[in-house]
Amino acid sequence: MGIISAIGNTVEENYNALISGKMGITDIEYIDTIHKNEIKVGEIKFTNQQLEQLLQLPQDNNFSRTAMLATIAAKQAVENAKIQDINECKTGFISATSVGGMDMTERFYYEYFDNESCRKYIKSQDAGDTTHNTAHYLGLKGLVTAISTACSSAANAIMMGAKLIETGQLDRVIVGGTDALSKFTINGFKTLMILSDTYNTPFDNNRKGLNLGEAAAYLVLESENIVKKNNKQVLAYITGFGNANDAFHQTASSENGEGAFLAMQKALKMANLDPSDIDYINAHGTATPNNDLSEGRAIIRIFNEDAPEFSSTKPFTGHTLAAAAAIEAVYSVLALQNDIMFPNKNFQTPMEEFNLRPITKLTQKPLQHVLSNSFGFGGNCSTVIFSKS
Amino acid sequence: MVKTYINGVGSISAQKTFEGDFLEEIISNESENVIYAVQPSYKEVIPPASIRRMSKGVKMGIFTSNKALKEACIEVPDAIITGTGMGCVEDSDKFLKAILDNKEQFLTPTSFIQSTHNTVGAQIALGLQCKGYNFTYVNGAVSFESALLDAKLQLETSEANAILVGGIDETTQHTLDLYRLVNFIKNEKDQPFSVLNSNSKGVVFSEGSNFFVLENQQKTSSYATLEAINFFNELKISEVGEFICSFLDSNGIKIETIDAIVLGNNGDTQFDDYYTIASTLFSKTPQVYYKHLSGEYNTASSFGFWVASKILKNQLIPSAVKMNDLTKDNYTYVLLYNQYRGKDHSLILIKKC
Repeated sequence: MGIISAIGNTVEENYNALISGKMGITDIEYIDTIHKNEIKVGEIKFTNQQLEQLLQLPQDNNFSRTAMLATIAAKQAVENAKIQDINECKTGFISATSVGGMDMTERFYYEYFDNESCRKYIKSQDAGDTTHNTAHYLGLKGLVTAISTACSSAANAIMMGAKLIETGQLDRVIVGGTDALSKFTINGFKTLMILSDTYNTPFDNNRKGLNLGEAAAYLVLESENIVKKNNKQVLAYITGFGNANDAFHQTASSENGEGAFLAMQKALKMANLDPSDIDYINAHGTATPNNDLSEGRAIIRIFNEDAPEFSSTKPFTGHTLAAAAAIEAVYSVLALQNDIMFPNKNFQTPMEEFNLRPITKLTQKPLQHVLSNSFGFGGNCSTVIFSKS
Repeated sequence: MVKTYINGVGSISAQKTFEGDFLEEIISNESENVIYAVQPSYKEVIPPASIRRMSKGVKMGIFTSNKALKEACIEVPDAIITGTGMGCVEDSDKFLKAILDNKEQFLTPTSFIQSTHNTVGAQIALGLQCKGYNFTYVNGAVSFESALLDAKLQLETSEANAILVGGIDETTQHTLDLYRLVNFIKNEKDQPFSVLNSNSKGVVFSEGSNFFVLENQQKTSSYATLEAINFFNELKISEVGEFICSFLDSNGIKIETIDAIVLGNNGDTQFDDYYTIASTLFSKTPQVYYKHLSGEYNTASSFGFWVASKILKNQLIPSAVKMNDLTKDNYTYVLLYNQYRGKDHSLILIKKC
C-alpha cells in the first residue's frame, strides 16, 4: 500500500495521525481562490515544485499535481509490496481520477495561446495522461486503464483489478486513485452549496457539508500463485465488492439509499457473508445532509438496528473525490491489521431521522471483515469488503 | 466457456451511420481538419426540454444506446459500461470558462453537475431506471476497450446476461484550438488530408458515439462473438509484431486464419509506422481502415468495432474502407489493431457466429 494525504505522506504517517486524532483540515494555502476565507480543505502541504523534486522529475515533464500525487503513492505501494521487477509477471495499473489534470488546465486555460512553455500541459488534462505518466515512471508495461465515476472511482478501480486477478487476466495489479484540489471542484461543490464553512461533521444532525481534500493511494493486488511463489506477506484479502446505480438523480442520492443498499447487498453476497459478519464500516460519510441520511438509511436496511461500529474518516482527510475509496481502502486494511477502528471526529448531535451513532473514539476490537462504502455523482454506489489475512 | 455475442449496435459518427445499414453513402473529407458527427433528430428518444439541456455527448450516447438495445430486444440491461477519453468536455469547459471569466462568481451548478466523465452512463441508467453495475473508463484510446473487456469478463463469470457497452467522445472549440496549437490536429496548409499516404503530422479530429449490446446468448440479431481483447500502455515500434503474434498465439490463431484486419491508421506520420508493421504482417489479408470516415478521437476505435461487426454480419467489406484489393468469400475472424500517439495499443478479435 502507498498513500499521500492531508494527514501524512506515508502509510505510517497516516496511521499515526488516525490513532492520535490529528486531523488534516486547514485553511487553503496553495490555490488562489476567492473562497479561501469561507472554506477549509484537506491539503497536502507540498508545492508542485516540491512534489517534482520528491519524484526527481526531469525539467520537461508534464505531470499535473494529480499525476504527481499518484506517482508518489504508487511508488510507495510498489516498494511496500517488495516488487523488484515490475514486469516480471503480467502486471496492470488501474487508476481512478475525477478531474485528471484540471489543476494545470485551469491555470493555463488562456495562457496556452500566448505562452509556448506551458503547452506541454495541454495533454495533461486527459485522465489517461495521468495514468500513463505514473505507469511510465514505474516502468510498468502492461494493461493500463483509468476509471472515472466521480467520488466512487477508486472503489471501482479496486473491483476491476480484483476481477482481472480472479479471472487470470493479470497476476498483479496496482489499483487506486488520485485527485488534486482544483478551483474547478472547489467552485463546483460551492455552487451545489455542499461545502462546509467549518470542519466537516459526518452523521451529525447539524452537519453543514463537506471539506474537499486531495490525496492519492494505491494497493498492490496479487494472485494466489504469485503470493505462494514469492512467499509474500498478505496484508488483507478483498473478499467481496458490489457496484450499483441509484438511478435517482445526477447528483443527489435517493432518500432510501437504494443504490447504496444494492451495492452493500451485492458485496455481502459475493463475500458469502451475513451482515452480522461485518465488524466495522468505513462509511462514505461526506457530511453533506443528503449523503449521510441516504447512507444511514441504506445501512439500516442492510443491518437493521444492530449495525456494527462505523465511522467516516473524512474529518481527517476531507473528501478526496476519486481518491477517497483508495485512501479508505488503506485505512480499512490498517484497521484489520491493528484490530482498531478509527473515530468519526467532530460528531456531537445524533441525527433526528434514526438511531445510528458513529464511533467517536479510537476503539480496539478483533476485526475479521471491514466494509467500505463510496458513492458518487451519477448515482454510482460502490462497496468493497476487506477481510483479515 | 460462455460466449460473448454482439447482439445490437448503434452508431453516430461523421458519417450518416445513425440510420441506414452499412456505409452505403459516404461523406468524404480532404479539406477539414475537424469533422463533426452527423446528428440525428433526437425528438423520438429524448424529451424536447432535455434535448436543450444535454450536451452532444449525452444525446449521442442516449440515441445510440437506445438503438443498440432495441436491436437486441433488451429493455433494461444488467450493466452499463462506457468509455470516454475526454468525458463531458462541453460542460467541463463551460464551467471552467465561467469560473475564469467571472472570477469565481455568479456560477450555477448545472454544467458542473454534467461535467463528470460518467454523465453519459449515468443519464442512460437514469432514463432506463437501470440500477445495475455502472462503470466509466477514461484511459485515452483504450477507454472503449476497457469497457469491452470488463463486459466480456462479466458475461463469462455469469455476473450479467446482457450488458450495454459504448464509446463516446464530444469536442469543444477550446479543446480543438488547443490541439491545433500542439499539432495533434493537422495544419490547414497540409491539405488535402488523407489517412493513407499522408505526409503530415497530426490527425483530422472528430467525435462520435458507438454502443453495443453484448450478451451470453445468440439471437437472430447477432453480429459476431467477441473472442478476445487485450491492451497495453506503451510499445516500441519494434515490439508491435510480438504484441500481435503472442495475442494470436494465446488464442490459438494463426496469421493466415485472420480473414480481415481492421487498422486504426489516422494519417499522423509520426505514429502510423506502428500500423505499417501490422499491415506488413498481414500482407496477404484483406485490410480495412476507417478513420478517414470517422476522424480520430479517443473512442474512434468503437467506430472501428462497429465496422468490424458489420463486416462479419454482412459478410462483405464496403469499398470505402478497403485498404488493399484482397477479398475473401467468407469472413470468419476479424482482428482490430489500434493505438494513439504510440500509446494505448489494443487488439480485439471477433468471430462470425
